[in-house]
Amino acid sequence: MRVGLFIPCYIDQFYPRVGIATLRLLEHFHAGDVEFPAAQICCGQPMANAGCVADARPAAERFVATFRPYDYVVAPSGSCVAMVRHHYQGLVADEAARAQVQAKTFELCEFLTDVLQIEPPRGQFPRRVGLHQSCHGLRELRLGSDSELNVAPFNKVQRLLANLEGVEFARLERPDECCGFGGSFAVDEEGVSCMMGRDRIADHERAGAEVLAAGDMSCLMHLDGLIRRERRPLRVLHVAELLAEALGLTISD
Amino acid sequence: MPTQDHPAAANAFVADDAHAHWHDQALWFIRAKRDKCAHGLAEWEELRELAAQIKQHTVAHLGDYLEQFERNATRLGAVVHWARDAAEHNAIILRLLQERRVRRMVKSKSMLTEECGLNPFLEQHGIEVTDTDLGEWIVQLRHEHPSHIVLPAIHIKKEDVGELFHRELGTAKGATDPAYLTEAARHRLREKFLAAEAGLTGVNFGIAETGGFVVCTNEGNSDLGTSLPPIHIASMGIEKLVPRLDDMAVFLRLLARSATGQPITAYSTHYHGPRPGCELHIVLVDNGRTTLLASEEFRNSLRCIRCGACLNTCPVYRRSGGHSYGVSVAGPIGSIVNPSRDPATHRSLPFACTLCGSCADVCPVKIDLPNQLLTWRQRIAELGLLKPSKRRLMHFAGAVLSRPLLYNVAGGVGRAALRWAPRWLVYNRFNPWGRQREMPLPPKETFRQWHSRQSRDDKPSSS
Amino acid sequence: MSSRDHILREVRRSLPADAPLPSLDRQWTRYDDPHAQFFDVLRGVGGAGRIVTGEPQLREEIDRVIAAIGAKQICSVISEAAAGNVDIAAIDDPHALASVDLAILPGELAVAENAAVWVNAARVRQRVAYFLSQHVILVVPYDRIVSNMHEAYAGLQLSADGYSPFGETTWGTFMSGPSKTADIEQALVIGAHGARSLHVFFTKP
Repeated sequence: MRVGLFIPCYIDQFYPRVGIATLRLLEHFHAGDVEFPAAQICCGQPMANAGCVADARPAAERFVATFRPYDYVVAPSGSCVAMVRHHYQGLVADEAARAQVQAKTFELCEFLTDVLQIEPPRGQFPRRVGLHQSCHGLRELRLGSDSELNVAPFNKVQRLLANLEGVEFARLERPDECCGFGGSFAVDEEGVSCMMGRDRIADHERAGAEVLAAGDMSCLMHLDGLIRRERRPLRVLHVAELLAEALGLTISD
Repeated sequence: MPTQDHPAAANAFVADDAHAHWHDQALWFIRAKRDKCAHGLAEWEELRELAAQIKQHTVAHLGDYLEQFERNATRLGAVVHWARDAAEHNAIILRLLQERRVRRMVKSKSMLTEECGLNPFLEQHGIEVTDTDLGEWIVQLRHEHPSHIVLPAIHIKKEDVGELFHRELGTAKGATDPAYLTEAARHRLREKFLAAEAGLTGVNFGIAETGGFVVCTNEGNSDLGTSLPPIHIASMGIEKLVPRLDDMAVFLRLLARSATGQPITAYSTHYHGPRPGCELHIVLVDNGRTTLLASEEFRNSLRCIRCGACLNTCPVYRRSGGHSYGVSVAGPIGSIVNPSRDPATHRSLPFACTLCGSCADVCPVKIDLPNQLLTWRQRIAELGLLKPSKRRLMHFAGAVLSRPLLYNVAGGVGRAALRWAPRWLVYNRFNPWGRQREMPLPPKETFRQWHSRQSRDDKPSSS
Repeated sequence: MSSRDHILREVRRSLPADAPLPSLDRQWTRYDDPHAQFFDVLRGVGGAGRIVTGEPQLREEIDRVIAAIGAKQICSVISEAAAGNVDIAAIDDPHALASVDLAILPGELAVAENAAVWVNAARVRQRVAYFLSQHVILVVPYDRIVSNMHEAYAGLQLSADGYSPFGETTWGTFMSGPSKTADIEQALVIGAHGARSLHVFFTKP
């Protein structure tokens, strides 16, 4: 099985540890031959969400061409995977290739639970974790049930972490409210964006979270920016980093 | 109409942090009540699906259902009028009132008359219009517009209502008790009801097979307004129809639960023809709805039953207030229907959204709001209505993010700048990210640099 | 071209592809004890009431309400329940009911899921009595209750010997609890414009 690892542009540039942790986890769970095709860059979401379809097209074309040869494509980002899966129609000229790549592109957690079907691993993470449910993973990929719908509750990300020794989950007042990142929203609507972010942080702090974890580094980049500016004690971690750390995988050099 | 700048208005709203949090919390409280209702009804998701299908079907046969409705309503003794736009709607109503020498009219909540600007038009012609929904009346007395389609005065504090009522109704100075203030309004508005010569209502649902229509309120204001004066005028958007009387079961089960977390509104009144000896006029209004219908991408927003659930759940609406949208219907649904009237004026609205998707999941008729908002962003870009700075930035980003060499160089330069540039060069007024937030700390090497180093240092499992 | 024809032409020019009208014949939530569910919800929406057996008990309950609110002007359409002193049948101008303290009126059909009671003009000449009276009592036959709104509409279409309330000029309201508002800071206040209190009595013979 050939697995193409997609490390989104901003993770590549700013959060290489998340990429390394993702690679280590895929190796740890025997995902097959995991390759990082160097031709990849970006899924095209920043441009597409700004309405600039023409500017998003080359990135999307490149993504499909790069990952077409693989059996699976895995990325540590619900948002980028949602972009590929739900918003590539009309962006990529080769419809068949587009559909193929859409069908085999997975967010890391859903790849582990749905494709590899691993049992929630044992490991150690003696911390109180506030799980931030990034919106695109939650409501576009349905990695979990949201509070809006009357459906049987489930949560693929939390299930993956649930067997770690010592882990506790903070009970949030608003378990799945948006953090306010929203791509260019974060700068276009700076006031509302920062208020939303601070409200999320406060909810996690009230619930006693020591670590604020999420499946999307973009949410965490925004939240961490507020946390560091205000010198708050909360530590942000991508779920991949958290899991790798709990399993004792090396994610530095 | 001046271009609405949502970010500027929102930033002003957010600047009063305590008030913005109070507003957010008030609406979240309603969202939570809605959740309780939704989770308390086993068939909730089935009802949403049925409601979406019924509305989808209705829109696909709208011409026939409009004619059927007209035929049946006429048979029951109502007079049906048709208005292409706001001006014609207002003119029809003015003529009806002038012909009957009406000087005082009571009105119950109607977002359509708000959309058409009926109140100022009638007032110009010397007709006294009293909005009788308490929230709408408060807003009317303040010479404002509703900030929410179901909760018109949600942005106003009780201290401000107390001050207003002290001035207008002579309530005790400093009194802010909602029960006391509501009681004072009850007395004054009862005088208005008893003195009214005509009553106007909106329409929540028109029923094609019976020719009747349904109006839902909690206060009973539309019932008082239509049971005392001899003339009832109903303003109705052409999208308000359902085919069958039985369909009302689906919609009345969904409406109040979605809107306010109540099992049903206190009064859900079904009008079929006028009271004996009285008149009933129904004004069917287009005002841009056929334009929306003609647009394949946006027409399913015509399913909207104006419950306000998407406003209550929207994290941006809750923190920016309805007035920041500059339109009669604010929030997610407003950010779809208003640009279709005038994309240039409302160009900032589809961007007042993080695409979090919550609105789609609370919508009782399953409108795919986030997708429509995303599509509006594309239309706005195509129309050349993006800010030039954003246009250029996206063009640049598109180029960088699809060319490896450019990407690597730009990334290297950017990270080096973040590492070595003095703070004032990174954090200044040209960097809205950094006003309240730190930039990410750039690492020594990127993932791909690490990865190629690993490969060189022989790491066989990754190519 | 008239506006009517213009709008219909524009509508027909843009119709989307057909979509089927779904059947509503489903298994909807039903209640083993619909009256208990009804009262549970009714209390939640600010109303009150109970099941009464026989006319004496109904009169007793109504007297209790009259005493509690100190009603002077009473309009009763249910003669076996209370005599009343405002004869609605004799009133031509609805404004004449402005000073009614309490109206005792018939309810046609109750709905357990939301504590709504269907009221109409069949036995009440001036419909404003339901809204203008300071307090309202609805009297509903014990067995006139259904579980949900689907059954309610089915029941209304067949009510009263095949008489369809929607087949001719008529009016009707689902009333659920008293008049209320939360328009001032979301604080719930009972008694906005309409009834300040609503009692529902189900009568068993």
